[in-house]
Amino acid sequence: MAKLILSMDGLVLKEIPLNKERLTIGRKPFNDIQIDNLAISGEHAVVVTILADSFLEDLNSTNGTLVNGQPIKKHFLRNNDVVELGKYKMKYMADLQAGAAASDFERNAAIRSGSLKMPSELKLTPMDTITRSSVGVASQPKPPMAGPAAAIQLLNGPNVGKELELTKTLTTLGKPGLQVAVIARRPHGYFITHVEGRQFPIVNGRPLDAQAYPLGDHDVIEIAGIKMEFFLRG
Amino acid sequence: MRRLCGALFAFGRGRSLMRLQDALEMVALSDSGVLRGHNEDAVFSDAALGVAILADGMGGYNAGEVASSMAVSRLSAELGSVIGSCLSETRHGRCDAAVIERHIVNEVGAANFDIFNASRGNPRYSGMGTTLVLAWFYDNRVSVAHVGDSRVYRLRGESFEQLTRDHSLLQERLDSGLISREEARHSDYKNLVTRALGVDPTVDVDISDFDVQPGDLVLLCSDGLNDMVDDHDIAHTLQALGRNLPLAAEHLIQLANDNGGRDNISVVLVRVLGDYAAPAGWWQRLLARLK
Repeated sequence: MAKLILSMDGLVLKEIPLNKERLTIGRKPFNDIQIDNLAISGEHAVVVTILADSFLEDLNSTNGTLVNGQPIKKHFLRNNDVVELGKYKMKYMADLQAGAAASDFERNAAIRSGSLKMPSELKLTPMDTITRSSVGVASQPKPPMAGPAAAIQLLNGPNVGKELELTKTLTTLGKPGLQVAVIARRPHGYFITHVEGRQFPIVNGRPLDAQAYPLGDHDVIEIAGIKMEFFLRG
Repeated sequence: MRRLCGALFAFGRGRSLMRLQDALEMVALSDSGVLRGHNEDAVFSDAALGVAILADGMGGYNAGEVASSMAVSRLSAELGSVIGSCLSETRHGRCDAAVIERHIVNEVGAANFDIFNASRGNPRYSGMGTTLVLAWFYDNRVSVAHVGDSRVYRLRGESFEQLTRDHSLLQERLDSGLISREEARHSDYKNLVTRALGVDPTVDVDISDFDVQPGDLVLLCSDGLNDMVDDHDIAHTLQALGRNLPLAAEHLIQLANDNGGRDNISVVLVRVLGDYAAPAGWWQRLLARLK
């Protein structure tokens, strides 16, 4: 479970588990977290928690709410965010384990239509979530792959000697309408595939078929009459 | 009068019109991904009808597959007969686009009700549902109907645009400014959809139409693609390989799998090869002649 750690002048006052969908903070006694200090408004702020995500909203307080030093109106809380209300500080600690577990089972769920209110009201109440799948891990897109760098060098034609780095996921070679091939940069290597034209690319003297062909260091490719050498960097 | 019509009709016939199957190339491909043992997506494409459909099912056991294939098979059959008949020779290949669009919305509603009833009637299917995107190409336009977080994109030259807006919790949070695009990329709750077929007895269907030009590429995809591969890489793949549509589809799926392939991945690619204006009606031809 995610929690807020309330402190003042470096002294930890309280740990507040975010176990409620709506947790109010203010000076008046009906708040879930009452902070009896004149710098705090009667109804100062609210933390809305949906599944593993928490949002902080300032309720037009007199002295405002800061997150990491910046005044906010609404804020999506991230792990280790520091919320400031007057002299009080609250550190937001996400429960990363629960987040991962929840995402294992509750990713890909549908919320019944009608049970959703506008998020602008900050009253999201997902009910009756249905499980779209029991598989899945946090779906962050992977960083770009870190395979060895590679390039091709032209061996004939007007640009002989010129090198072309294969940095993109796809590099197309040849003349559109005549003959085009593509080199795909993948986690486990570089692959050349025929794209268009009647002629297929030739690698080390042998024409390819429609299948992708894994390139080896110093392979010689011929496309539309141009010969080039594929090589791995360092 | 009768003779006049005949003459006008003959005049109109003089224009050469491209048939849909000559103006459109379509490729549909679906893959279960790296982590999943089965595929809950369903796809359909028919260039002669100008129809492409993609559904991403959800629900335990194989219920997701049941929901998505119910949606796709019902809609492809129903729309196939309706659009097929208005495109046929007896109607001179003319459809009333507004009527067909209403029909699409009604049919999606009927498919929703079917899935809803099936999930009510069978405990194994309890809670199943599916997203849906449907594209209908007619008269140099495309009508797009959608429910859920499957998407339609259009590539025109350098410009790669998302034509649909996800019905998802994340999209609503983005719209209301609660989170930024960057935060959205890292949210754990990407796949919470706010609308799906089969969840309630009725469903809200978004339908809009867009113009289409020769050279355009239209992509329908499930979130297994756009969660794994960012828009820039999708656009780059389509630009590089668009002239070989089956290869482009394979590469998109391969990219998603290389990046982790955590969900089923489906794509339908449509390449617009030429103009496909609908044949004009007799009175339109008359007006054109009198001008």
